[in-house]
Amino acid sequence: MSPEHTPLFLARRGYRRRRLADAARVLPLFGGALFCLPLLWKGTERAGGTVQALIYVFGLWVVLITVSALISRHLSPEEQAQDSGRGGDGGAGTR
Amino acid sequence: MTVLNLLVLVCLLYVVLLFGVAFAADRAARIGRASWLRSSAVYTLSLSIYCTAWTFYGAVGFAARSGLEFVTIYLGPTLVMIGWWWTLRRLVRVGRSQRITSIADLISSRYGKSNLLAVLVTVLAVVGTTPYIALQLQSVTLSFAAFAKAEPSPTALPDMQSTALWVAAGLAVFTILFGTRNLDANERHHGVVMAIAMEAVVKLCALLAVGVFVVWGLSGGIGATLARIEASPIARFEVSGSRWVGLTLLSAMAFLTLPRMFQVLVVENEEDEHLRTAAWAFPTYLMLMSLFVVPIAVVGLELLPADANPDLFVLTLPLSEGRDGLAILSFLGGFSSATSMVIVAAIALSTMVSNHVVMPIWLHYSGRAAVVAGDVRTVALMARRLSIGGVLFLGYIYFRLSGGGTALAAIGLIAFVGVAQFLPALMGGLFWRGATRIGALAGLAFGAAVWLYCLFLPSFGPSVLLPQAVFDHGPWGLSWLRPRALFGTEGMDPVIHALMWSLLLNVSAFVLGSLLSFPQPLERLQGAQFVNASDRANAPGGWSGGMAQSEDLLLMAQRIMGAREAQALFASAARRQGVSGYLPEPSPDFLQELERALAGSVGAATAHAMVGQIVGGASVTVEDLMAVADEAAQIMEYSSQLEAKSQELARTARQLRQANETLTQISVQKDGFLSQISHELRTPMTSIRAFSEILRDTQDLTPDEQSKYATIIHDETVRLTRLLDDLLDLSVLENGQVDLNIQTGTLEALLDRSVRAAGGDGEGFRILRDRGSEQVELATDLDRLAQVFINLISNARKYCDAIPPVLSIRATVAEGRLVVDFVDNGSGISTDKHAVIFEKFSRIGQTKASGAGLGLAICREIMERLGGDISYLPGQKGAAFRVTLPLAEDRMAAQ
Repeated sequence: MSPEHTPLFLARRGYRRRRLADAARVLPLFGGALFCLPLLWKGTERAGGTVQALIYVFGLWVVLITVSALISRHLSPEEQAQDSGRGGDGGAGTR
Repeated sequence: MTVLNLLVLVCLLYVVLLFGVAFAADRAARIGRASWLRSSAVYTLSLSIYCTAWTFYGAVGFAARSGLEFVTIYLGPTLVMIGWWWTLRRLVRVGRSQRITSIADLISSRYGKSNLLAVLVTVLAVVGTTPYIALQLQSVTLSFAAFAKAEPSPTALPDMQSTALWVAAGLAVFTILFGTRNLDANERHHGVVMAIAMEAVVKLCALLAVGVFVVWGLSGGIGATLARIEASPIARFEVSGSRWVGLTLLSAMAFLTLPRMFQVLVVENEEDEHLRTAAWAFPTYLMLMSLFVVPIAVVGLELLPADANPDLFVLTLPLSEGRDGLAILSFLGGFSSATSMVIVAAIALSTMVSNHVVMPIWLHYSGRAAVVAGDVRTVALMARRLSIGGVLFLGYIYFRLSGGGTALAAIGLIAFVGVAQFLPALMGGLFWRGATRIGALAGLAFGAAVWLYCLFLPSFGPSVLLPQAVFDHGPWGLSWLRPRALFGTEGMDPVIHALMWSLLLNVSAFVLGSLLSFPQPLERLQGAQFVNASDRANAPGGWSGGMAQSEDLLLMAQRIMGAREAQALFASAARRQGVSGYLPEPSPDFLQELERALAGSVGAATAHAMVGQIVGGASVTVEDLMAVADEAAQIMEYSSQLEAKSQELARTARQLRQANETLTQISVQKDGFLSQISHELRTPMTSIRAFSEILRDTQDLTPDEQSKYATIIHDETVRLTRLLDDLLDLSVLENGQVDLNIQTGTLEALLDRSVRAAGGDGEGFRILRDRGSEQVELATDLDRLAQVFINLISNARKYCDAIPPVLSIRATVAEGRLVVDFVDNGSGISTDKHAVIFEKFSRIGQTKASGAGLGLAICREIMERLGGDISYLPGQKGAAFRVTLPLAEDRMAAQ
């Protein structure tokens, strides 16, 4: 491939990584807000509130863990990202 | 055998297993087979000390009393972990780059290495953690008592106090044994971490086993369990919003600031990679830990009598169903939770107490002399061991005084609020460059005061530490200062009330103090380094010093880090600077590196003070200030660069001068040698000629006279031959034409032979040896090696000017190399002569002894041929030479 494509490829990788870092930052805020959601159910006078909250909280927990695992796996430290970026120069665009 | 006896036996076996695991892990780490010890899994498991006995037993009790609210204690840390990219990553990086040893060290280091701040944090941490340790002791004794009560014949009821005492003593022994192996708190405690990881697995398995038993064994499946929950007293979701949010925030804050969590999160962390795994693995652990809490609580409430303590449901439920094995497993889970928390908390607190309280006091009273002469290392280790004992003893005393009553049950959250006071100073320090020491001090002081007044002191109950009148009407009748209703905020939950007010005042004082005060240069420098930790890997240097101080620094470093580590650090720094030997130039970079290394052992503030005592130079250079001051004008930057350049030039010039001096000295010595060698050759020649003439020309010599003259001629020729042999030897060695005659033998036998050949031990010249360390098999040219040893021993005999002269020979094996040190007690060799002693023809001073100055040059050539090295070792009392030699396997491998 022509050399002009390489910077674009690298930039896109860098861009992806930054958005992933944003996601990693936002995740706890989302999580915190969602964990507070059961507080708003209090008004509804339905039996079994604890069971529903229990299922909701643990379900949300599993979702957060999964998302966190996905983000962390793709969010390599900067040094590595730069290294692999440079390594990608040789076989530009092969990945 | 009764269940109780079985329990004691299992418990003892478990403790033996723990010691075994810790010992094996330490051993594996020592012989370098420990890569799996550094895995992300072990790191994640070590974080589980967050789940103490308070959460193991207490979560079920919490759930039985107030439903799902218990889960907030786990949600906070979950949010912190999945938000690792924000806070933890920076915290861990700063911790690594600044070689932080504890949370007190981090805060003090950030605010200009202020020891006052460190002491304040340490005291608050000890006050907050002691009751927590007492709580762990209580949980172990309570669970013992639960077993005792289930006995058919409850005559053998164990004494609660003595159980607690035994547990505390055992933990102290374990912690001292495996927690103070090495002084450098930055080095991982492999044994401890491994034991804790194992305990983490045990407690998770125990809780899951009880949970599975309850859900599938007692309730009959998931659907039936959910139905039971709906029918239980905690079916309604009645959680107060302020407590839900407040406790989640509180646990998140405490997760970052608890001394024990800081220890495993930051101090024991080795790379970002671990954090990446823990970001999802640790929340998973927490989720599993709390998965079965509500079912256990509900089934316990249903099946057990109304007066049963819900805090012990995890234990009493299997017991009442006759599942003794499961109950014992559950006991081990609780035991693991309690012990792992106490061990790490004791390590963290003892590091803080010894580095920030004991060491500064000791240094203050022993003055500068101590830095150079005293053995700081032993003192620091001893201080740490005593602190561990002290912390555990305090916990035990607290447990006795409180009588294990209800006051303890609430202490978990109270301790959380106490340590949460560190958060503003910690986070402010990491993210806000404007945060100052005054602000941090004010914030901490206000926060701690409010916490003590509103939560800690009232927790003992009315009329114990605070009189009832204060609760009802406030101090001096000021009703707006009532501890449970500060400024008229009545009807709030006490924990949330104290949390809100203490943090509000803490943050306000911190921000105001920071805005109004002006930081010192060192503070601004540290602030810049901490806040920009991710951007700049290496911070600018801080010290400037002269050559003469290197040896003092080495002396001090040896006393703190141990001789081998210090020498290795100095030697590698010297190699990097292109200087041979053990004394690098005290460049700012090197001094900063040294200070960080020392900080790993004694904390940043103390290390800074010690280096300052020796170097004495400005600790903040112009260059550093430039980096801090954003408003720096370019011209100033230019001049600072000039200054740096000129310093660099001065250093280079000094090195050049040194090299030139060496060359001149060698040239002078060569001239001297030529006249010396002519003289040495001439003297025997003259007498040989004279006596042979006498023999030839004189007719009437008696046989006695004849033999006497012939003997003289013979002796002189022998002397000549020896001199010529030496010269020949050296030239052969230098040209590499020598054949090595490889033999095997022990170092001990070789040294015996060398000592004998060099004139033996005794008669006013003593040789100290450690025969135990000399049992090393050698496979090398033993004759050549003996030649080196003989030379060194007879040199010491000739030149050591102490009365009485003593030579000590020490052998060690490190990294596949044999190291033999020959250290005498004389006046040594002055620094300027170090460079030339191994040169040919070099003789130092006009010494009484004869010799052509070839001995050490030959030694050096021999050691080079043998693949080893000989060097002068500075920083000892007298002259010291170090011989290093690769051991057999390495030689074979190399060939």
